[in-house]
Amino acid sequence: MRSPHLITLEELTADEIYLFLDTAVTLKEILSRPIKKVPTLRHITVLNLFYEPSTRTKISFELAEKRLSADSVSFAKATSSVVKGETLLDTVWNIEAMKIDMVVIRHAVSGTPLFLTRTCSSKIINAGDGAHEHPTQGLLDIFTMREKYGKIKGLRVAIIGDIKHSRVARSNIWGLKALGASVAVCGPTTLLPIEIEKMGVEVFTRIEAALEGADVVNVLRLQKERQSAGLLPSLREYSNRFCITRERLKYLNKDFTIMHPGPMNRGVEISSEVADGPDSVILPQVTNGVAVRMAVLYLLSGGVGTIE
Amino acid sequence: MPDTKIMDAKGIARSINRIAYEILEHNRGAKEMVIVGIRTRGAFLAERLARAIKKIEKVTLPVGAIDITMYRDDVQIRLDQPIIQNSDLMFSITDKVVILVDDVLYTGRTVRAALNVLTDFGRSKSIQLAVLVDRGLQELPIRADYVAIKLQTFHGENVIVNLKEKDREDSVVLQQLNGEQLR
Repeated sequence: MRSPHLITLEELTADEIYLFLDTAVTLKEILSRPIKKVPTLRHITVLNLFYEPSTRTKISFELAEKRLSADSVSFAKATSSVVKGETLLDTVWNIEAMKIDMVVIRHAVSGTPLFLTRTCSSKIINAGDGAHEHPTQGLLDIFTMREKYGKIKGLRVAIIGDIKHSRVARSNIWGLKALGASVAVCGPTTLLPIEIEKMGVEVFTRIEAALEGADVVNVLRLQKERQSAGLLPSLREYSNRFCITRERLKYLNKDFTIMHPGPMNRGVEISSEVADGPDSVILPQVTNGVAVRMAVLYLLSGGVGTIE
Repeated sequence: MPDTKIMDAKGIARSINRIAYEILEHNRGAKEMVIVGIRTRGAFLAERLARAIKKIEKVTLPVGAIDITMYRDDVQIRLDQPIIQNSDLMFSITDKVVILVDDVLYTGRTVRAALNVLTDFGRSKSIQLAVLVDRGLQELPIRADYVAIKLQTFHGENVIVNLKEKDREDSVVLQQLNGEQLR
């Protein structure tokens, strides 16, 4: 690894992404053993610093740490001294004073993990920062696609929904483009960032056109708070135009896959029929998330060097 | 100094046969026996040993392979994390006689790690160690039960096992390291 931190997929080379994916393949086997634990990271203490709510990512990181025998402590904003006004830096410095090695951080402000790499001595893993990136989600999505299709190059992936506020979309786009997939994004104009096409994706506002010929549909969560910001006329209108329903699956390639990073708004961006259908890999995504995060923790726990 | 060839293909084949006989003699047959190789070359030797036992005893023993990377004791001091390979144990080792196979027994640290891996996979009846070369210089109280060849070596030497599954030929070579390689 060239960097001791994982902040973005944008800065990773294809080889580095493959190293994460390949390592995750072998680590996934550990999860099927009777004793799902290896002693590898006994010398590492990890702080899970979550300034935003999270179910999957937080538990996934905690389990990944436990499977590798790292010690971990978790922090939730609501029950911490942040409510008394302690700043982010003071919080991290104080916990670092108790001797930790890595910080997994989730924060509403884009750039927070990068900021920590410049102000702290720990290794930093981005668990989602604002609308910037969510690199481990990107890796686990790509891992899940590769598990099904055997390769990423040549795949057609449609990312549907609130692209503008989605860090999952950005990490997916960077990673998929680096590995040679073609990516389409689709959503209402108010939820498409300007100049998104400069990331090398095709942009659609009609769902049928975006789904045409796609292998994978990655459905993003509609962040309901966007409605109050005046970006959507109504949830029902959004659902009418963009919800992934069984009826709309006919535009996809034959051997298609449905993905969603969770949490789902059933009936808004995805119908229950599709989410729980035979082509949905939403729960396998969650399983793979643990293996991918184990790979990230393992590979970052070493020193900085080049790939052998 | 030139490299010295210690064993050739025929020598290796004869040794594997002899070890197969020793294992069967010592355990009075191959009942409840499984063979597990340590990746990379130990896994190939495990396959060969299983074939040798099949010829003698007419039983097909389960063969597995383990990777010990995640159990190394030098993870925290290495610069770059080593590449992990798959462990492939598709059968239970609980109450089985496990024949653990590796190419070279040196410090004993690899075997120590392998024992921990096996412990995490189940409680075997016993674990016996078979190696192609025991080069001495163990740093842990670990000894092999079955040895093809025992060598008295120095730290400035390197024992290289070549196996056709991965290398050009079957051979065991003793190599003198010069200062450059030692560093």
